[in-house]
Amino acid sequence: MIKDKAVQSENGAGMRPEWLAKRIRLATLRMICNARSSHVGSGFSMAELLAVLYARILRVDAKNPEWAERDRFVLSKGHACAPLYAVLAERGFFPREWLEEFYVDGGRLAGHATHVGVPGVEISTGSLGHGLPIACGMALAGKRDGSPHRIFALLSDGECDEGSNWEAALFAGHHKLDNLIVIIDYNKIQSLGTVAEVLQLEPFAAKWQAFGWAVREIDGHNLEEIEGVLKKVPLEKDKPACVIAHTIKGKGVSFMENKLLWHYRSPDADEMAKALAELGAGE
Amino acid sequence: MRTAFFRALTELAERDERVHLVVGDLGFGVVETFAKRFPNRFVNAGVAEQNMTGIAAGMALSGKIVFTYSIANFPILRCLEQVRNDVCYHNANVKIVAVGGGLAYGSLGATHHATEDLAILRSLPRMVVVAPGDPAETEEATHAIAAHDGPAYLRLGRAGEANVHEGQIDFQLGTAIQLGSGKDFTLISTGGLLETGLQVIAMLDREGLRGRVLSMHTLKPLDETAVLAAARQTNAIFTLEEHSVVGGLGGAVSEFLAESGEMPMAFKRFGVPSAFSSIIGSQEYLRAQHGLSADRVAEGIRSVLEKSRSAAVAATD
Repeated sequence: MIKDKAVQSENGAGMRPEWLAKRIRLATLRMICNARSSHVGSGFSMAELLAVLYARILRVDAKNPEWAERDRFVLSKGHACAPLYAVLAERGFFPREWLEEFYVDGGRLAGHATHVGVPGVEISTGSLGHGLPIACGMALAGKRDGSPHRIFALLSDGECDEGSNWEAALFAGHHKLDNLIVIIDYNKIQSLGTVAEVLQLEPFAAKWQAFGWAVREIDGHNLEEIEGVLKKVPLEKDKPACVIAHTIKGKGVSFMENKLLWHYRSPDADEMAKALAELGAGE
Repeated sequence: MRTAFFRALTELAERDERVHLVVGDLGFGVVETFAKRFPNRFVNAGVAEQNMTGIAAGMALSGKIVFTYSIANFPILRCLEQVRNDVCYHNANVKIVAVGGGLAYGSLGATHHATEDLAILRSLPRMVVVAPGDPAETEEATHAIAAHDGPAYLRLGRAGEANVHEGQIDFQLGTAIQLGSGKDFTLISTGGLLETGLQVIAMLDREGLRGRVLSMHTLKPLDETAVLAAARQTNAIFTLEEHSVVGGLGGAVSEFLAESGEMPMAFKRFGVPSAFSSIIGSQEYLRAQHGLSADRVAEGIRSVLEKSRSAAVAATD
């Protein structure tokens, strides 16, 4: 069902982030509609982040996903795994047809990020607050081994409620893990309300700074800004990097943008048709 | 047991540079030697067990053999989901070591009583669960779990226990060690009550009741062959553990026996009741209070054996 014309690239080098972001959104929409599952809004807010990571930043090899010196990408917001599966398929980690097996009985791709049998998924997540501590361990191991690889962890804003993240934030700052990069998809909406209503994170950047991190705030939908900051890591020597990406939940589909509803709602046929048109399907 | 563990860990670290130790800011007076000797393979994660366990998983998934270390329930219950998801689900090569299993920190109150750990850890897929009976078993167990590729839990008592075994032991994960060969009953013991178990055998032997002990140092995988042999060769089976009677050794053995078709004539679990102890006291004091002293266990076995004998006599009359 993923029918758009595409140029398959094996190393990401030939991929334009803009094109990849579009592909991610279309595939995510189709997967979620097909499965009648949730989190389309959470997926759309991070499409540009994933697109830049997989087209321009991550040193990974789809033909050798276990390559020891690969950069590690840990998707800690495991509920938004549809776009991760989509980008991995585009990058050739597994066939695009697998995306049709998302969240279906006996399918290959589970509804929260799952590594079992899925090349390219480093860590199974879904319970929030697990990704960053694991990423810290990977970063510490990399440092001690003198390995050049980097560890990228993508977190949601809501999951920053979890205390485990702040344990890890203390640890990474203390141990000067400058091979660790946290990207926060700060779309400002979590499960039952806005971040400001549920549990205020502000002053957010100041918190990370106070924990010893080099912090940058960017527009998480601006491809140049994303690439610019991620190409510069480590942002400061001896400091882990925290990129707070200001994003819009449901970005790309007008009736989904900034709407809490689309954390959980699965689009019906009519909504899907409208969304596909807005996302430029078939163009 | 603590000393034996660190001795074995140091030997392992000397031989294998993958071996790392991650502690949760506990182990004063015992971790320093390792930390000084292998500074690049030691991490104090601070008082933060969730992160400690996540870090350990991340390091293990980067090729290390990682031991986490803390006391009582801290390295397992505080971070149980990290143990389940990060370690077990990813089959990360992490060995969780808890010192103060059971009632070793008895005087500190119920927060420090590790009396449900075996039941909880035993239920986690892939987790190997080991509770050695004495320092000799501890040393062997440390080497054995390091050689095992995957998650393991090592439950230690405290420092200063006596060696129960004499000389070399044949220690293998998942294989119980039999002590004695009496046919009247089998007392299956796990963890630091092994010494008590042998005292019980000696006491009852003086009364003409011949028993044997099975040191079930590995709770998971359970040595079903040894349990089955005990059921076939002896008239009664008893389990002995410094742990809740729910779900630990008694639970594992009774689950197996109930489905084996080889139920012994009598069966009883000796352990701590599933309750928060309101009594404060030393390990020895609390063991006695909970019926886990040699006297009380012997009394319990005697009473069960007498009952099952009278029942057998009544059945033949």
